[in-house]
Amino acid sequence: MSTPLPWLKPGLVVGALAPLTALALQAATGALGADPIAIALNRLGLLALILLVASLMCTPLKLFFGWTWPLRVRRALGLLAFTYAAAHVLLYSVVDQGLELSAIVADVVKRPFITVGFVAFVLLVPLAWTSTDAAVRRLGFERWQRLHRLTYVASSLGALHFFLRVKKDVSEPLVVVLLLAGSFGLRLIARARSTRPAS
Amino acid sequence: MANEPKSSEITPEATFARRREFLKNSALLSATAAVTGGGLWALSGGALHARRDDAKQKAGEGAPSSAARPRGRYDTDEAPTSWDDATTYNNYYEFGTDKGDPAQNAHTLVTRPWTVRISGEVEQEQTVDLDELTKWFPLEDRVYRFRCVEAWSMVIPWLGFPLGKLLERVKPTSRAKYVAFETLLRPEQMPGQREPILDWPYVEGLRLDEAMHPLALLAVGVYGKPLPNQNGAPLRLVVPWKYGFKNIKAIVGIRLQAEQPRTTWNLAAAREYGFYANVNPAVDHPRWSQASERRIGELGRRKTLPFNGYADEVASLYKDLDLKAAF
Repeated sequence: MSTPLPWLKPGLVVGALAPLTALALQAATGALGADPIAIALNRLGLLALILLVASLMCTPLKLFFGWTWPLRVRRALGLLAFTYAAAHVLLYSVVDQGLELSAIVADVVKRPFITVGFVAFVLLVPLAWTSTDAAVRRLGFERWQRLHRLTYVASSLGALHFFLRVKKDVSEPLVVVLLLAGSFGLRLIARARSTRPAS
Repeated sequence: MANEPKSSEITPEATFARRREFLKNSALLSATAAVTGGGLWALSGGALHARRDDAKQKAGEGAPSSAARPRGRYDTDEAPTSWDDATTYNNYYEFGTDKGDPAQNAHTLVTRPWTVRISGEVEQEQTVDLDELTKWFPLEDRVYRFRCVEAWSMVIPWLGFPLGKLLERVKPTSRAKYVAFETLLRPEQMPGQREPILDWPYVEGLRLDEAMHPLALLAVGVYGKPLPNQNGAPLRLVVPWKYGFKNIKAIVGIRLQAEQPRTTWNLAAAREYGFYANVNPAVDHPRWSQASERRIGELGRRKTLPFNGYADEVASLYKDLDLKAAF
């Protein structure tokens, strides 16, 4: 066998893109209800966050259960998260704001929740850009890894963006925050364990 | 011997194994795709809005026929929002925080018998049966713009009577300066009230001169039909130059008083929601711009108008007020 689990990555990518297709279909058929743009924005943003959290869960799963399969899909999850984040940003700037630059700039500068979301997205861009094997070789693994620690910042800002947006019921953002905190905490625990001198 | 296949027709063992491998991998790939896609779809609430037709059914309503009638003095000539949108896209936290929730859950509310307590600084405090109260005044059609504080808007044909007429009839005393409104508190029929999302019951208020303005309406219907529960049945306030949250629903109490009433969203977040809540494109919500709005049913945005386009009628009420401070 050449690659183990040859079905895993293509299956995941096809499945993860299905909600995007379904959303487009729903939008086209008027099935998104009275305010389709708001609904689509919320869905795309939430999907981006879920996929980002999933990509951050891969390492802890390896560290604690010894599973290697999550590492095979980590890059795909990150790129899928970026795809949804980009769709979210495009829908906001092109359809919602009609590419009215002054309105978008005012939003980004004046409104903390949009500022935070915008920064989160901007941080994801270099990560998507350097997601290839060639980029890892070019940068050298150490520098590449340091750069990609930005995911922690970007995902935290993404969660904060979600948190600041809701009007009153913060239960969904809280779940995302807890999952993220969990993935960070597990990394710290694993690190503490590995640096402890062997007895 | 004649029945045996020619050796050229026998599938080589390697191909046979590859094919089996291929089928297995295809099945696993499909399963992975289905689990991933389905899981993400469920987590991101994809199923939520498939409930729309179901909700309409529960509300027991179909779209009414739109009868032509002469345009009234306060009517906008803009096209009314569709019945489906206006009755399935509601902010009514007593029935859930998602905009589809009220249409889904509000059918549990029993709206008869219904009484309204009129109290405080009036000549005679009284509790009136709603069916009696609605006979006091002729019902009027009013097609108003409706602007939510969340920067979306609709055009709604209401049916109701001016709040001022009711106040005139119950005769406020000279000490009355404000009107306070209260929503029904009945957690067993209003599931949202079982959660501490807001301070229940919902309360709102107006200055007396605002309340006396002929635009301020107590509505009992929309589109020529009785109010669906999710739209605030059986009695709700409509103050079209203010943000939607001022338009308190399922009213059971109207109190005239000397002090400015407490209001629910102001209590929840004073920095974000003021007492006046006049529609004002120049004063942003701390978290988003109020300069433009999306009219439900349209794709682009339109500019928000001062006092939601009712400045000629109501701006004079606020000539001594700093609208930035008194937002």
